[in-house]
Amino acid sequence: MTASFLSMQDVAMPGSRSNRNSAFHRLLAVIRELLGNPSSGFGFIVISILLLTALVAPLIAPYDPNVINLGQTLQPPSAEHWFGTDELGRDILSRIIYGTRISLTIITIVSVIVGPVGLVVGTTAGYFGGWYDTIMMRVTDIFLSFPSLILSLAFVAALGAGLENAIIAIGLTAWPPIARLARAETLTFRGADYISASRMQGASALRIIVKSIMPMCLPSVLVRITLSMATVILTAAGLGFLGLGAQPPLPEWGAMIATGRRYMLDNWWLVAFPGGAILLVSLAFNLLGDGLRDALDPKQR
Amino acid sequence: MTAISVRNLSIDLGYGLAKKRILGDVSFSVEAGESFGLVGESGSGKSTILRCIARLLTSWEGDIELEGRSIKDMPFAEYCRMVQMVFQDPYGSLHPRQSIRTALQEPLRIHRMDRPLQRMEQALTDVGLNSDFLSRYPHELSGGQRQRVAIARALILEPRILLLDEPTSALDVSVQAEVLNLLANLRAKRNLTYLFVSHDLAVIDHMCERLAVMQHGRVVEIMGRDVLATGQAKDPYARELIHASLEYDHAV
Repeated sequence: MTASFLSMQDVAMPGSRSNRNSAFHRLLAVIRELLGNPSSGFGFIVISILLLTALVAPLIAPYDPNVINLGQTLQPPSAEHWFGTDELGRDILSRIIYGTRISLTIITIVSVIVGPVGLVVGTTAGYFGGWYDTIMMRVTDIFLSFPSLILSLAFVAALGAGLENAIIAIGLTAWPPIARLARAETLTFRGADYISASRMQGASALRIIVKSIMPMCLPSVLVRITLSMATVILTAAGLGFLGLGAQPPLPEWGAMIATGRRYMLDNWWLVAFPGGAILLVSLAFNLLGDGLRDALDPKQR
Repeated sequence: MTAISVRNLSIDLGYGLAKKRILGDVSFSVEAGESFGLVGESGSGKSTILRCIARLLTSWEGDIELEGRSIKDMPFAEYCRMVQMVFQDPYGSLHPRQSIRTALQEPLRIHRMDRPLQRMEQALTDVGLNSDFLSRYPHELSGGQRQRVAIARALILEPRILLLDEPTSALDVSVQAEVLNLLANLRAKRNLTYLFVSHDLAVIDHMCERLAVMQHGRVVEIMGRDVLATGQAKDPYARELIHASLEYDHAV
């Protein structure tokens, strides 16, 4: 019976798997590999919890994050308020739970801006070379030579404080490393025979970049974006702390630390819990990025 | 009719005193339906000539004409339908993240050819593979199968001229023979013109009617296949090369 089962498997193997199915299997394999390693598994699980929390925030938050209760200000952690309350009597746990939505919004929008911009700048510069490459890379160098928080500060100062402007500012400072990476990858592929073959078949430069080069750059760019998400969270929290990111009523973690700072010496929970959330999430993104690099890089196998 | 005519093809790299000649005044012509070999040691410029004809290198001097028209003023789409190339390394010539279906579909889409599925299946059948291979990825194929797919991809645009850059040197000896026989059959069936680069004289002897021997970027002699058997080449280097190859064959 075992033999007949084995031979059935053998028959089922060749060729006929559909494309979507194999992509799904690859995704499953990547997730399995991430979970197999303790550090990347930790990252993956924390990010999953973060996503889930943001999704069902109104259901799991015990209180409304913005309701002021002056009778209950600066309560230490207790059974009623697990993470305590702040100077206006708002529940800190609820504010942290709602804060996941803000952090995720920032991360998502920044990645959506930064990924394509970096990829387009890097692949075109690498593929075309010449003066176009020189100009693009010098622009990238200029952006790279500023410390990202200072450049974000300058942008926010010019555009005005607020969450949207903080997102734009972070996006503007986060694309250069990705462009550099995409260009370096493109340079290693552009002399490959399959690019020459594609060119000989009459493919335009646009078609070669989109269909042949970008898929090859995508895994490393994805890893790089995941790794830079930790920096994005820290920069967003930093801008929030300086009062240039999310504005007061919003439960943004950095802004929570900034307001809690004044009461920090007597009421440690105001700063410790949002700070711990920032630490945990940026650590998780770093570990997930490292794990993704191992899982997606065919050269390390 | 002359399919390929190369006249005074030269390439110089560098400027002034540092100027170095890579190819010097290469001239030869290939008749339609003929198979012409280019032999020589590594670095003698064989593949460079092929890349000039393939328009992958553009900074050369001289004239290259295909079917009587200079490749510099031919519209690119028309050029692609006339000439295709098979590369040396079957592991590098197929895109690792594209399925065979995508690899074969792309040229058909670019040139807006009709009945794509039928053409793709036919192209695979012609190189001895079945249509199940369409959904496979290059890493699921052996070296010989990959090279067959590369040949199918080159032939799907129905070119009249095929440039072959050592198409079998990366393959196992038994697979080499299969691929060479496949190429010979395809040429007979479709009346293709081959320009065949190799450093293996036995392969050239099997595949080509005429050949050019190259050394240091120059063609030293153009000869017929029969000269390979007798070893009566006029040029001393060509004679040496043929003798060395014959002795090697005896030794093996």
